[in-house]
Amino acid sequence: MRGEIEGPMIRVDDLVTHFGERRILNHVSLDIQQGETMVILGGSGTGKSTLLRHMVRLEMPTSGHIYIKGQDVCHMPDGKFNEIRRKMGMLFQSAALFNSMTIEENVSLPLRELTELEEPTIRIMTRIKLDLVGLSGVENFMPAQLSGGMKKRAGLARALAMDPEILLFDEPSAGLDPITAAGIDMLILRLKQAFRMTIVVVTHELPSAFLIADRMTVMQRGEIVAVGTPDEVRNHPDPRVQQFMNRVPEDEARDVQAYLRTLTE
Amino acid sequence: MWTAPLALIGRNALGLIRYASGLSELTAKTVYWTFVAPFKGLGLKGRSAVHQAVLVGYTAVPIVFVISFFVGMVLAFQGAYQLEKLGATYFVAALVGVSMTRELGPLITAVVVAGRSGSAFAAEIGTMKVSEEIDALEVMGLNSVKYLVVPKYLAMVVMLPCLTIISDMAGMLGGAAFGAAQLDQAVTMYATATSEALVMKDISTGLVKSVVFGAVITTVGCYEGFSVRGGAEGVGKATTSSVVVSIFSVIVSDLLFTALFYYTN
Repeated sequence: MRGEIEGPMIRVDDLVTHFGERRILNHVSLDIQQGETMVILGGSGTGKSTLLRHMVRLEMPTSGHIYIKGQDVCHMPDGKFNEIRRKMGMLFQSAALFNSMTIEENVSLPLRELTELEEPTIRIMTRIKLDLVGLSGVENFMPAQLSGGMKKRAGLARALAMDPEILLFDEPSAGLDPITAAGIDMLILRLKQAFRMTIVVVTHELPSAFLIADRMTVMQRGEIVAVGTPDEVRNHPDPRVQQFMNRVPEDEARDVQAYLRTLTE
Repeated sequence: MWTAPLALIGRNALGLIRYASGLSELTAKTVYWTFVAPFKGLGLKGRSAVHQAVLVGYTAVPIVFVISFFVGMVLAFQGAYQLEKLGATYFVAALVGVSMTRELGPLITAVVVAGRSGSAFAAEIGTMKVSEEIDALEVMGLNSVKYLVVPKYLAMVVMLPCLTIISDMAGMLGGAAFGAAQLDQAVTMYATATSEALVMKDISTGLVKSVVFGAVITTVGCYEGFSVRGGAEGVGKATTSSVVVSIFSVIVSDLLFTALFYYTN
């Protein structure tokens, strides 16, 4: 069905990004292979979501490149990138459904706007995508009428509308109860088995990460500290990785002298 | 330090330049997606524009009418106060007619619409920005300017002149009401006096200005919406400053165009 490509599906090459003066990503390089599920782990503010946003060009790097199927997406015109973007789906942290549209309109929007399909075909495809994520019978609801978990599922249905080859998840279980979050994990696993999509998940939930990952990346302070299979990462010698795996808090002991000085300055 | 005031001036000037360049960038994109893209087969959201036209135009008719009626009446009061001394109350009609069509009709309409619709644009787009809906549009390859700004822009540049015509008429009606009640001028006589004084150019320059005001209010409102940072508080701030900045910009462009019409007479 899908042509095999040479090299990795997504290649991040020496990416550096600043927000103002602050460096968010510090020489990040990462390869994500076709058909694998890559989980990017890290605490809050480590730049993992920013890295994900670069892959869909919501952010532009200060320097470095991102290649998707071998094409440099940071330095190509919008029109050309739109072609690539159509084969990518993204589920946002807040699901990002359009609040002024029904669930059906939300999911069918990409089909309506980007394809020449007939209305009945669009309706059937929308129904299929909603069934796929376990949301039947809510087509005419507004997003505000759905629970957090259902919104995520609807957002996923919309991300799947164009049959993407690459699916990106930004904190899929954020703000969900453990049971609903587990449901989303199962859904990701099912999608992975059924469609052989390349999946990138940004999360800080360890159980969920070890459940779905083929390979994982651990980030800290804008740098990648470990890449490997779940077992390799679990047994990684780097103390920063172990700190994250064992949920050890940041060292709070500080230099008393220095602290007093900051108070009196 | 003596450099502190200089630094303050410099910082503010830089902020102003950044704001202005942001506005002009949005203007350029909007003009492209309104007037160029449709002819390249990139489409235009016509139905959405009609919907916006109802929101910004049709529903604003009562308030614009009432306010302009009262302003026309106030003008007649103030004019009569001076003209009575010369026994020239006949010219109250001319005063009201010319000032409404040349200046106050477009200006009052713009101020009312900036308060009603400019703020609504900022709040709508700002909320979408906060809830990642703008990002979701971009990731789908749907241009946010085309989908969100252009319909509002079209609606505004068409509906503002229409509202201005209503405002002109309402102002003259207010003047006529005062004339009938206070100066014993029959409405027909008042109408004759108005039509003697008015020339086509009075009305047309007012309408040209109102088109510009419509464009200015839309651009400022949408720009404020797109530049929202943070959560609900950011949306509130953007909404407030969209009204302040658009009224300011309306007055500045009013001055520019009035001067232009004055010198090209």
